Amino acid sequence: MDLAVDITIASGESLALFGPSGAGKTSLLRMLAGLMRPDSGRIVVAGETWFDSQAGIDLPPQRRRAGLVFQDYALFPNMSVRGNLEYALKNGTDRARVDEILENVGLTGLSGRSPETLSGGQKQRVALARALVSRPGILLLDEPLSALDQSMRTQLQETIASLSERYRLAMVLVSHDHAEILRLARRVVRLESGRVVGEGKPDEVFGTARNGNGLRLPGVVVSIEVTDVVRVVSVLAGGQLVRVSALPQAAEGMRPGDRVLLALEDFSPSLLRLDGDGAPIS
Amino acid sequence: MVSNVTKRFLRGTMPALDLGPIWLTLKLATVTTALLITIAVPLSAWLAHAPRRLRLPLHALVCMPLVLPPSVLGFYLLLAFSPNHGFGRLLKETVGISLAFSFPGLVIGSVLFSLPFMVNPVLAGFDALPASLSEASYVLGKSSLTTFLRVSLPNLRPALLSGTVLAFAHTLGEFGVVLMIGGKIPGVTRVASIAVFDEVESLHFGAAHAYALVLFAVSFVILLALFFLNRKSPRPF
Repeated sequence: MDLAVDITIASGESLALFGPSGAGKTSLLRMLAGLMRPDSGRIVVAGETWFDSQAGIDLPPQRRRAGLVFQDYALFPNMSVRGNLEYALKNGTDRARVDEILENVGLTGLSGRSPETLSGGQKQRVALARALVSRPGILLLDEPLSALDQSMRTQLQETIASLSERYRLAMVLVSHDHAEILRLARRVVRLESGRVVGEGKPDEVFGTARNGNGLRLPGVVVSIEVTDVVRVVSVLAGGQLVRVSALPQAAEGMRPGDRVLLALEDFSPSLLRLDGDGAPIS
Repeated sequence: MVSNVTKRFLRGTMPALDLGPIWLTLKLATVTTALLITIAVPLSAWLAHAPRRLRLPLHALVCMPLVLPPSVLGFYLLLAFSPNHGFGRLLKETVGISLAFSFPGLVIGSVLFSLPFMVNPVLAGFDALPASLSEASYVLGKSSLTTFLRVSLPNLRPALLSGTVLAFAHTLGEFGVVLMIGGKIPGVTRVASIAVFDEVESLHFGAAHAYALVLFAVSFVILLALFFLNRKSPRPF
């Protein structure tokens, strides 16, 4: 697959990469981090050229000031939580920074633990903290919360949002999750087969703000009950189970597991089916 | 007759046993294992990242001692060590040493013979290390050497332990290669496994018993220790 993108990220901006599997999102992050070499093009971060095929510049990952949070966390199992963070220090100095970051992500009490004994959410916090220790200019997050349950996701979204504000970091986030992108990103780039097919504010790209004043929540169909007149669809949205009555034609083709948009318009809730990428099916 | 010997052995009234072959065996196994660690770790690291077309034939070559009759390996080594042929002659003329029927010759033979027992677990260990670990280390600004020493190597500990113990135990038990290239010169190349054969051939069943029992006990203890130390990891080797 050819990957061809032209993206500019403002300093301190948070950008989400969104799209189906195989669209090139992770490859793009790896190219930014220097773990994968683009065939041609340029990567310039804060005036510093990291990659330029024409000028023959290709900074190794060690010299790019990027913080990368891997999908599998990639914590070093032979080091404690604190050890993982201290490893990221240059020459082992600045231990105060390690303490400060541990506190900011709520890990102070776990600093002596081995990563293997931590829960998924805790591991994710360690991975985030470790990426921040070396003062990166840009933070790259590869589906950071995909392996976590809903409540842990919400908690960590708050942590990430507050950290990116505190450290004024530019952030590139790969995600499949609308809620996550709406919460964490100011801009979203939609990739398909290596090309940018949509770009803008998250609510514009997802169509969630199209109809003005109603409440709209992305959710998942849990069950559909058939009654004489209507279908009662149970939808899990925003951590709550909501029962919505729908006309048979509106619920037609809907199955448990389908992603839907729960919209509250004129005081009555309605459902809009979403496709695999989260775009409303008209 | 054997049972009488056993009784005398157990009562401790046997004539004093020549411990030379046992010390020689332990010395050979120790030197071989130390050399194997220094050779096998970089070799496995290289194989783990080598292109497939190089990795497959080289790995097959390393594993040859697993399937080859030891006499075949011994025969080729003997030819190579012989002062009448290319490599052996070169050694004789330049350094002035002859490897055939010598302890250094035995060490070289043992290293080749036990190489797969060291390389296979370590290579499996490298293959099982997620690539993201070293990548994470690079992104955190660490060089490949630092990454290797502080991230890869420490996480290979169970594999290294398995390789070390297996290579040591396997060297204790080798027979064919040693006999071919070392003969059975007392104090130089007559290791315990050969002493067993030698004593049986001379109908000294008591001494054969003693050497055999020592080899049995030492090998059992070594394997038991390995399984105990690696009891938490899913694959002992």
